[in-house]
Amino acid sequence: MSQSERVSAIHCKSVAIDFPGDIRAVDQLDLSVKAGEIVSLIGPSGCGKTTLLRLMAGLEAPTEGEVALEPPVVGSEGGIAFVFQQPSLLPWRNTLENVVLPLELIGRGSKQSRRQDALKMLSAVGLEHAAERFPSDLSGGMKMRVSIARALVTDPHVLLLDEPFAALDDMLRNQLGQLLLELWEKRRFTVVMVTHNIAESVLLSQRIAVMREGRLVTVLDNPLPQPRNEQLRTTVSFGEFYGNVSDALRGD
Amino acid sequence: MTSKAANRFREILVSVALVAIVAGLVLGVWEFVVWKFDLPKALLPTPKQCWDAAVLERLALFRATLATGYAAIAGLLVAIGVGYFLAVVFSQSRGLRLALFPYVILLQTVPIVAIAPLLIIWSGYTFRTVVIVTAIVCLFPIVNSVTGGLLSTQKDTSDLFRLYGAGRWKRLLHLQVPSSVSHLMLGIKTSSGLSVIGAIVAEFFVGNGTNYDGLGTLMTGWTALVKTDALVSAVFASALLGVLMFGSVHLISAFLLKRWTQFANVSG
Repeated sequence: MSQSERVSAIHCKSVAIDFPGDIRAVDQLDLSVKAGEIVSLIGPSGCGKTTLLRLMAGLEAPTEGEVALEPPVVGSEGGIAFVFQQPSLLPWRNTLENVVLPLELIGRGSKQSRRQDALKMLSAVGLEHAAERFPSDLSGGMKMRVSIARALVTDPHVLLLDEPFAALDDMLRNQLGQLLLELWEKRRFTVVMVTHNIAESVLLSQRIAVMREGRLVTVLDNPLPQPRNEQLRTTVSFGEFYGNVSDALRGD
Repeated sequence: MTSKAANRFREILVSVALVAIVAGLVLGVWEFVVWKFDLPKALLPTPKQCWDAAVLERLALFRATLATGYAAIAGLLVAIGVGYFLAVVFSQSRGLRLALFPYVILLQTVPIVAIAPLLIIWSGYTFRTVVIVTAIVCLFPIVNSVTGGLLSTQKDTSDLFRLYGAGRWKRLLHLQVPSSVSHLMLGIKTSSGLSVIGAIVAEFFVGNGTNYDGLGTLMTGWTALVKTDALVSAVFASALLGVLMFGSVHLISAFLLKRWTQFANVSG
């Protein structure tokens, strides 16, 4: 199967959405995310980036315009995965059962094959030893790993992340960012990630979409070479691009 | 014993001692009042006289407590079953909830002493009537609590189920029912105390002139005979039964909730 068939591009065409109380959260927004690309959505609080992400997931329906996935995939078949800011694990299920959940919900595979897929995914995030443990026994970082494993267990075309590491300390944030890159290197799914953290967006993504007040201000191409690693943080080009993003955010 | 366990032990010891001191004081004042004002036994017997009556009537008291206990447990179980079913219905349809929930509240606000005579006409002077009355008394806290629990799933997990296209049944089974367990336990705990009250009130109505012997029937009989000392012992027996019910439900729920209790702070 070729790359473009396995993952989907996302096309937002003149998308707008209104919320009760005449609030236009996203306004006339055009953005295309290529298949297998990592794009960060960055912008001040309340600028509509999470809403845009939810539109891409199909969790919200646009008032105007359309969000199209090419080739089309839907969440109910496991084509789209979403990682929330909180790990949002089910506390009455152990780690393995939490990762199995999406497969159960979309009704894929036998009980046996689901468990095997989930175990494989757990070992990919380095948590095969914690399969039988309950969320209450896991640290914040471990819970987030489980959450990522749960998202990727369906082998999705598109992975959407809503400030996934915002609640974690810097060390863990960096570790999990690297983990995300490793997983992406293997499968090359399309990633859209909402973040507040400029450094994170620079290190992880190929393009950065800057939003303000529901509109897309600009999309910046990241000049940093692939594959990315932590050492890039100290390079001049990292610093320069960081400056560009930060200027764009301020509106200069 | 670790120092933590030792502390806990000391805490329990202190609280037991405090309760015992209060009991001693109450009994002392009681005894003193009867002696001081020379109250007749029919009006207020001394603690000792009540104790003697309890010992004398121990068999009747024991059997009545057992009968009332059975009725309370049966009524509570019926309320759990019916209440859970109603809560599931209410959680699935806003329309049904709006249409029917006021009637559940109505059932709660109409005094049970007003319904009991009607139920006797319909269901007779039977154990069944006592169970029905108890179930009515216990129903509301369970329906209310469980409905709240079924509807209060977290937004993120709820979105997750929506994303994966989970239907009504999968949502109910894998998300709503598990997240309502702690609410169910809270409802049962509230109702467990009420169940004994409900059963005894029902027995007041059912009791006279039948072969059903509960604490309520025993009390009505002893009131007629002005056996005040025995009556007081029956009051203590019913209090004991209430505490026993509440205590055992508390223990069961603590045991069951071990996996569920951290719900609130886990998902964070």
